[in-house]
Amino acid sequence: METISIDTLWVLVAAVLVMLMQAGFAMVESGFTRGKNSINILMKNLIDFSMGSLIFFIIGYTLMFGTDVGGLFGKPVLFLNDDGVDGITNKASLIFQTVFAATAATIVSGAVAERTKFSSYIVFTVFITALIYPIAGHWIWGGGWLSTLSTPFHDFAGSTVVHSVGAWIGLAGAIVLGPRIGKYGKDGSVKAIPGHNLTIGALGVFILWFGWFGFNGGSQLAIAGEANAVAVSSIFLNTNLSAAAGALAATALTWIRYKKPGLSLSLNGALAGLVAITAGCDIVTPGASIIIGLIAGVALVFSVEFFDKFLKVDDPVGAISVHGVNGALGTILVGFFAVDGGLFHGGGASLLVSQLLGVGAVAAWSLGLGFLLFIGIKKTMGLRVSPTEEHVGLDISEHGESAYN
Amino acid sequence: MKKIEAIIRKSKFRELKGALVRAGVENFTYNLVRNVGEATESRVYRGVEYEVSAVERIHLVLLADKKSDEIVKLIVDTGITGEAGDGRVFITELKDAFRLISKDGKDISTKL
Repeated sequence: METISIDTLWVLVAAVLVMLMQAGFAMVESGFTRGKNSINILMKNLIDFSMGSLIFFIIGYTLMFGTDVGGLFGKPVLFLNDDGVDGITNKASLIFQTVFAATAATIVSGAVAERTKFSSYIVFTVFITALIYPIAGHWIWGGGWLSTLSTPFHDFAGSTVVHSVGAWIGLAGAIVLGPRIGKYGKDGSVKAIPGHNLTIGALGVFILWFGWFGFNGGSQLAIAGEANAVAVSSIFLNTNLSAAAGALAATALTWIRYKKPGLSLSLNGALAGLVAITAGCDIVTPGASIIIGLIAGVALVFSVEFFDKFLKVDDPVGAISVHGVNGALGTILVGFFAVDGGLFHGGGASLLVSQLLGVGAVAAWSLGLGFLLFIGIKKTMGLRVSPTEEHVGLDISEHGESAYN
Repeated sequence: MKKIEAIIRKSKFRELKGALVRAGVENFTYNLVRNVGEATESRVYRGVEYEVSAVERIHLVLLADKKSDEIVKLIVDTGITGEAGDGRVFITELKDAFRLISKDGKDISTKL
């Protein structure tokens, strides 16, 4: 009985830490974009959390965690009002999973920032939290097919489930939308569109880093007893080490490649380290966490360049590189670094194969449905604001107000 | 009586302000302006280098009469670094100047 109380308390505390990550996302996305689109990005962050909270309660949670149907989805129960207890109270579980679902949804807004119609944004955020996220989540966390492989796919806190799902949908959105006006010259040259407030962006990253202790530590879903206390402490340490290593690696690499250490990418580097460690923070050593963070920070810089300069996919805040590339990378690295079952620990390749399969399946699902969703919206209600509205800024043209007066 | 306008680097403003006050200038007006010219600054944002074609400068305006040559020399000596973009000085022969408080235009605003 005592463990139910203390474990529930821990999960509820972790849930509010994760909820605060919404503020982090709002500040990063607003700071890294132009001041004429601040109201718009803040509204999108507010609405995706609010809409996501209702939708996940109405249907998303049971679609993800309900009784398994064919390994594909949970049996939906509408408006679940369940005072049962399973280790922790079911309502603590619901609120914890709700803030995770909202995290996946809010990642999308950064990748499609500064050009997406607000009304269309509301429509696709409903589809993400009601359908795309819960079904992929069921495969991994809800008892679906990826969790019942002979060597189960391992994604402890959601590098793939949460972060890569959001980012792959964002990637589909950024491709269907096209780049912001002025991002690429007619000759194919790449233009910088500097964010309007990197002070706010940095605050957002620190808030995300802070919230991530809840994201990863809370995913233990328990803290009572020696084993859980040791596990959660280890998760905290690994999470912090990887974030720090990610920030340092990105700083060093920008220093070498662009002559000066650049803040914007270094901040992304910290987030890349956080995303990458999320899948394996429970089963890797502290040393491996540092290595994962370093790899993530390096991958982040090259990935941003690759999408920005080579593929010419305009992702104003780096969401695809931070959450997609590093979500996938971090999940795959579990196959190498897991103390139990990893290739580097004599566990053979079976976990690595499962990790690759899971990453690929979730990417295919999220990208596929993402493309369908965005193309469908584009053909019906329209996805993008008019060029005039984009020049004026979405704050004035979509909301009739400005953030700075 | 002369109107002296100077466009100088932001980094030189504090030094010049001190020098002007020491030289007896009691009143001047300045503003933050942007200048398009030979001087550009390159920046890097997320790995993309770009040129800032309009650079920020301080534009200041003051009045002088007998001491105008001395003040112009002071501005030049203080503001110069030798790099393109140090700025400019404009000197205009002024027909009249008065403080609003005098209303009738009798009391000119400088003793310099």
